[in-house]
Amino acid sequence: MDFSFIVIQTLNGLATASFLFIAACGLSIVFGVTRIVNFAHGSFYMLGAYFAVTYTPMLLGVMPGFFGFWFGVLTAALSVGLLAILMEVFLLRRIYRAPELFQLLATFGVVLVVQDLVVWLWGPEDILGPRAPGLSSFVTILGQRFPTYELAMIVAGPLVLAAIWLLFHKTRFGVLVRAATADREIAGTLGVNQTALFTAVLFLSGCLAGLAGALQMPREPANPFMDINMIAEAFVVTVIGGMGSVPGAFLAAVLIGLLQAFGIVIFPKITLVLVFLVMAVVLIMRPYGLLGRPETVGAAPANEAVPMPPFDAPARLFTVVIIGFLVLLPFFADDFTLKLMIEVMVFGLFALSLNLLLGIGGVVSFGHAAYFGLGAYGAALIARHFNAPMEAGLLLAPVFAGVGAALLGAFLVRLSGVYLAMLTLAFAQILYAVAFQWVEITGGDNGLIGIWPSAWAAERLPYYYLTLTLCTIAVLLLFRLIEAPFGYALRAGRDAPARADAIGIHVARHRWLAFTLAGVAAGLAGGLYVYSKGNIDPVSLSIPISVDALTMALLGGIHTFFGPLVGAAGLHLLKDFIMPLSDHWRFFLGALIIALVLLFPEGIAGFFRRHASWRKAGEARA
Amino acid sequence: MAGRRHAKKHPLLTASGLNAWYGAAQILFDLGFTVFEGEVVALMGRNGAGKSTTVKSLMGLVRHSGEIRFDERRLLNMKPHAIARLGLGYVPEERRVFKGLSVVENLEVGRLPPREGTAAWTPERLFDLFPNLAEARHRQASDTSGGEQQMLAIARTLMGNPKLLLLDEPSEGLAPVIVERMAKTLKTLKAEGLTILMCEQNIHFARPLADRALVLESGVVRYDGSFEALEADDILRRGSLAL
Repeated sequence: MDFSFIVIQTLNGLATASFLFIAACGLSIVFGVTRIVNFAHGSFYMLGAYFAVTYTPMLLGVMPGFFGFWFGVLTAALSVGLLAILMEVFLLRRIYRAPELFQLLATFGVVLVVQDLVVWLWGPEDILGPRAPGLSSFVTILGQRFPTYELAMIVAGPLVLAAIWLLFHKTRFGVLVRAATADREIAGTLGVNQTALFTAVLFLSGCLAGLAGALQMPREPANPFMDINMIAEAFVVTVIGGMGSVPGAFLAAVLIGLLQAFGIVIFPKITLVLVFLVMAVVLIMRPYGLLGRPETVGAAPANEAVPMPPFDAPARLFTVVIIGFLVLLPFFADDFTLKLMIEVMVFGLFALSLNLLLGIGGVVSFGHAAYFGLGAYGAALIARHFNAPMEAGLLLAPVFAGVGAALLGAFLVRLSGVYLAMLTLAFAQILYAVAFQWVEITGGDNGLIGIWPSAWAAERLPYYYLTLTLCTIAVLLLFRLIEAPFGYALRAGRDAPARADAIGIHVARHRWLAFTLAGVAAGLAGGLYVYSKGNIDPVSLSIPISVDALTMALLGGIHTFFGPLVGAAGLHLLKDFIMPLSDHWRFFLGALIIALVLLFPEGIAGFFRRHASWRKAGEARA
Repeated sequence: MAGRRHAKKHPLLTASGLNAWYGAAQILFDLGFTVFEGEVVALMGRNGAGKSTTVKSLMGLVRHSGEIRFDERRLLNMKPHAIARLGLGYVPEERRVFKGLSVVENLEVGRLPPREGTAAWTPERLFDLFPNLAEARHRQASDTSGGEQQMLAIARTLMGNPKLLLLDEPSEGLAPVIVERMAKTLKTLKAEGLTILMCEQNIHFARPLADRALVLESGVVRYDGSFEALEADDILRRGSLAL
C-alpha cells in the first residue's frame, strides 16, 4: 500500500463521509426533538434522488450549465421538505403521544407506501441523472486520478455541518430546537409551540435527506432500493454519533466513511459486517454514542404499569378450542390452507417470542429476524454441509439461535431504550451481511435450496401436525413462563427497574435470560419455516422480517397472551390475501399499518383499556 | 378568612373541582382555591400530598378534570405552551435548565412578547435581579452551580413576562445562604406586583414571603388561610406538615 493510494482512499472515505452525514443528520435532529425513529427518512432520501433526476434535465434545458444543475438539486431537496411537512401534519402529529414503537411502525408504513409509489410513478428501472457541469472530470493527485465531483462532496459535508451549526447557535429557531431536544416538556411550559417546531424540524430533515439523495445523482442512478440501503447506514451513523447530536453524526460519518474506504481494500468480504461491528463496539463502550447524552428525566413518558390479565379459565378454554380447531382442521381444509396455517403457526411463535421481550420484559428488539434467521440458517447449513436430517436441524435451530441471542444479550443488558433497539438491529444486519456476502457457505443472495423434511414428514399433512405439536409446546411453555415468578420479575423490571433491583431482582440477568429464551423460540420458528419452504435466503434476516414481527405483536396487543398470535394470523392471512390481488401490495400493507396506528394510537389492547377506564371513571362520578 | 381579606382584589386564578391522575392513580380530589392578583400563596403539605401535581395540572402537564380559570379564561384542555402564553409562568422542581445551552440561550427560550401595561423582562433586567447570572451569562448551564441553576430557572420563566408565577420547591436542595438570597429576590418580585403560587415544604422560607397558606393532605385541601391561624392549630401542623 503506497502513500498515494492511502491519500486517494482517505479522500474516497471523506467523500462517503460527507454523503453519510448529510443523509443521516436530519434523522438525528428529528429524533432529538420528536423522539421518533423515522424509518421514512430513507424514503425522503430516495425521493430526493428521483426528484433530482426528473427536475434537473428539465431545468438544464431551460438554463444549461451550473445554475440549471444546482437549481435542480435545490428544488428536489425543497420538494422533499414539503412532503416531510405533509407527513408531519397528517401522520406524526396525530401519534406523538403514542408509544414509540407505534410511531416507528407508522413511519415504516410510509416506507412501504413510498416504495410502491416510486415504482408506480417512475418505473422499476434505474434512472441515471446528468453529471454536474464543471465537476464531471478528474484532478490528478500524486499521480492518481480523482473525480472533481467527489472533491466537491468532501467540501459539501463540512459546509452543511457549518450551516446547521450556525442555524442552531445563531438563530432563535435553532436555540428552540436544541432546548426541545434537551427537554421538550419544559420547552412547552415556556411557551414554545411544539407542533410548529416539529413541523419545522421535519421540513429541515426532509430537505437534508432530499439534498443527500439529489447529490447522489452523478454517482448512482435513482433506484427503488435506495431507501432501505440508506436507512440502515443512517441509523448506524446517528447511533454511533449519539441520537440527537449533529456534530456526533459528523464524527461518526467520518469514522464509517474511512472504515469503508479502507475496509473494502483490507477485508473486502466483510465491509458490511465491519460497519455494524464498529457500531456494536462503540455502543458497548459508550452506551449513548460518541456525543449523545442520556435522556433527560421527564423527557420520555414514564412507564405506565400495564396489568396483564391472568391466564384464567376463559383463556384456558380459548386455548383448548384453538388447539382443537387446529387438530381438526386437516379433515376439512385443502392443501393450500394447511400450508398457510403452517406459516401462521410459525409466525405466531415468532411474534410471541418477540413479545416475551417487548410486552413482558419491556425490551425493544428491532432485529428479531436475527434469531429467526439464525434458526433457519442453522438448520439449513447443517443440512447442506453435513447432510444432517430434519430432526437434527429442528433440534439445532433453537440452540443456534439461543446461543446467538445469549451472546448478544450479554452486551445488551447495559443499554437502554433506542440504543438497545439499535444494537439489536445492528446484530441482525451483521448476520444479514454475513449471509449475503459469505457466498461459499451461505449461498449469498440466492440462499440455500433443497432443504426438505425427512421422509416421514415430507407430505404436507404430517408436517402440519409436526409444526402444530412443536409450536403448541413452545407457545404453552412461553405462556407458562409469563405466568411464572420469572415472568413477574420481568414485568417488575419493565415497570420499575430501580425498585425491582432494590427488592433483590437481578433485572439485567432476568432480561438476559428472557433474551436467550426468546432467541430459542424464534430459532425453532425459523427451523420449522425453512423445512416448510425447502429453502432460505437472506431476506429471512432482513429489516422487513423484524418489522413484521413487531407489527404482529403491536397490532395484536403486547400486554395480552393471545395478542401476538392473533396479530400474526391477522397480518399473515391479510398479506396472503392482498399479495395476489395486486402488484402494489406494499402500498396497501403500508396504508393499512398507517390506518391501524392512526385508529388505535395506543394499540388495540390499549384502546380497549382506555375505554374501560373511562367507563369506570364515569361510574365513579355518577 | 383570606377570601374576605382580598375580597376587593381581582381573582387571577381560580380552581374548582380539580381532579388529577398519574396513569390510573388519582392524585388530586376535588381541589378548590383562588389566587388573587398581587398575592403570594404558599402551597404546603408533605411529600406526596399533591403540591407538584397541582401546579402541573394548572400548567396542563398532567391529566386532570375540573375547572381552572385564569384571568377570565378557562384553561381546561389547553396545551402547556398556550397556557404559558396567557401569562402563567412555571418553574419546575429540580430546575430542569437546558444544560447544553448557555445561560443567555436559556433565557432566549423563555422569551415571549411583552404584555400590555408592564415593562417586559429583558436579560439585562434579569441580570440586575440575579447578579450571579450576569457573570455566568456565556457559560453552559451545566457548568453553573445548583443555586445559579435555580435562579436561571426562575429568570428563564420571567422572560415570558408571566402574570402569575408557579414555583415548585424553589428552596429545595440549596445552601442556606443561597436560600436567603432567593427569599430576598422573591420579595423584590412580590414588591413589583407579581402574583406567586409556590409549593414549599419549608415553612420558615414560606412564612415571611407568603400572604396565605394553602395546605394539602393526600390530594385534598386541608387548610386555606393565614399563617397565624395555621401555627395556632397544632394538630393540623403536626398532621399535615410534619414540622
